[in-house]
Amino acid sequence: MLEGLLVGLQTALSLQNLLMVIGGCLIGTFIGMLPGLGPMSIIAIMIPVAISIGDPSAALILLAGVYYGAIFGGSTSSILLNAPGVAGTVATSFDGYPMARQGKAGKALTIAAIASFAGGTIGAILLMVFAPALSSVALLFHSAEYFALMVVGLSAIAAFAGSGQVSKAVLMTVLGLIMATVGEGALFNLPRFTMGIMDLQSGFGFVTLAMAMFALPEAIFLILKPRSVDNNSNKKITDLRITAAEAKAIFPVIGRQSIQGFFIGVLPGAGATIASFLGYAVERNIATKEEQEKFGNGSIKGLAAPETANNAACTGSFVPLLTLGIPGSGTTAILLGALIALNVTPGPRLMIDEPQIFWAVIMSMFIGNLVLLILNLPLIPYIAKVLSIPRNYLIPYILFFTLMGAYIGQNNATELLLLTGFGICATGLKFGGYPLAPLLIGFILGGMMEDNFARSMQLYDGIAFIWERPMTLGLLAIASILMIVPSYRSHRKNRLEITTADGD
Amino acid sequence: MALDRWLALILLGICITYGYTAWFTMDNSLAPFMQRNPIWPSTFPKLLSILGIIAALVILLGIEKSDTTKVEINHRHLLDYHLFKALMLLALMTAYAFCLRPLGFLFSTSTFLMLGSFILGERKWWILIPISSATTFLVWYLVQEVLGIYMRPLPGFIGG
Repeated sequence: MLEGLLVGLQTALSLQNLLMVIGGCLIGTFIGMLPGLGPMSIIAIMIPVAISIGDPSAALILLAGVYYGAIFGGSTSSILLNAPGVAGTVATSFDGYPMARQGKAGKALTIAAIASFAGGTIGAILLMVFAPALSSVALLFHSAEYFALMVVGLSAIAAFAGSGQVSKAVLMTVLGLIMATVGEGALFNLPRFTMGIMDLQSGFGFVTLAMAMFALPEAIFLILKPRSVDNNSNKKITDLRITAAEAKAIFPVIGRQSIQGFFIGVLPGAGATIASFLGYAVERNIATKEEQEKFGNGSIKGLAAPETANNAACTGSFVPLLTLGIPGSGTTAILLGALIALNVTPGPRLMIDEPQIFWAVIMSMFIGNLVLLILNLPLIPYIAKVLSIPRNYLIPYILFFTLMGAYIGQNNATELLLLTGFGICATGLKFGGYPLAPLLIGFILGGMMEDNFARSMQLYDGIAFIWERPMTLGLLAIASILMIVPSYRSHRKNRLEITTADGD
Repeated sequence: MALDRWLALILLGICITYGYTAWFTMDNSLAPFMQRNPIWPSTFPKLLSILGIIAALVILLGIEKSDTTKVEINHRHLLDYHLFKALMLLALMTAYAFCLRPLGFLFSTSTFLMLGSFILGERKWWILIPISSATTFLVWYLVQEVLGIYMRPLPGFIGG
């Protein structure tokens, strides 16, 4: 391994490759900040550039830099505008945006930068150590386990929605899953629930829905009740530093989530999105009662957890790509296409046949994370200046960027109408106290969940896969416990309150 | 009845309609060879409709005691807020959706940005016009020229 590391270091530290990493990170950060352009689209756009370089190591290093930059850029727009352009950074906005509204935008971006750096770096170390061994574990997971894993993820999100909110969160999750079934499913090739509308054949766009659930209601609330932005405009964003106590609080979160995020990222199909949501849910569950209440209202732990987990998972998703040749996520699937175009076949033989590529990519992960940290920390005050733009200008621009996000992804003006319609519905739901995040999470996981469910049903000719696969049964049992315990707790709490009231 | 329960009633209606389609009408057009499959296109939606109906009923019947959630804006006093401005901006977004293709990106976007700020009370036209025109051009240049995603810049009748 040491020899490989040295070879990788030598390749990654050449002037050309260093420039590739820096350029990739910069391009990724700036484009990733535009809502609607996630890592997948940016990498797809950069592929012709990467192929024209000719050298596979340099091309892969460039694309990896773009990938990290895009994830970080996505976090920036989640934190500052509550407009997550990438599914993996939706969880970042849960606590990042409240922090920005409290005038702690600088601190939120610093925590995001540090958490991303730590997640990415620890992930890269784990990748180095576990890459060969992990590939065999990932192979044990079949579609039945993936389905069960997603059920666990969704139950966790509903269960941790807070007391009295479980049924609302479940309903929103189901609504998200229902919306995911609209359009042509990959497995059936039959249009479903399209009501004869041609534009719905390909289903609802993820970005459209994300914008409608988060950015648009927020902008409508800002118009209805002018508040925080004006207050923030006078505050200088000087509060970049995190205190020793805060560092101490997020340190264990970063440690745990780097490891958890990495291992979730290794599972093909799971990726950064599930890692970030599960990371958020787990940290919220194990936090103390007082800290739990802060989650969703600007908790630094709630910000550090998904940020660390999604970066670690991005690194983890390289494991199946580099060791098995199976892409673990949409982004790595595009990378696989780029590698094949460059005459490199990823798989078990990559480490033996072309070690310089394998190790150079790993070393570039370290360098990329470092470059991102060095580039972004000094830039934070300038990035956060977005919030000091006067409200009269900022709101139309937020609306415009949400519209652009929805339009660029699909190149279809109907998306804009859908965005406005869903935005109005989402604002109504927000008035009624319904949590909107579960809807989006259900929508993101819906397609994958149904595919895995269908595959397991076909393999086992029915629902026998539930009891014939112990791992699936175990995961589903965890999901049921997750759902039952909070409902039981709140039921008992209510009963206790009634008895006390009677006693008085 | 509180707003959340009214919303639950609407969502229950959606789930019932969805469920009706999944249980009763969807399978009619299923090809015979697919009917032998253990899973049909309607299987997953059937499960979802049941779950959705149960969750909506729990809220509607008040089985789970809902905490009085902190919603920033009280919908009962909606008229006290800048409702007109919000509705105007939503109408502007809808108009933008209809104008983007026929009138071209540059004209529609700069007008959208200017009118948006105008609705919110901005009257400094000497700042508004240059800023919105510059942003529009910059975004168009980035998207079309750098990223290579086609966006018609000018109205169709001028050949944009």
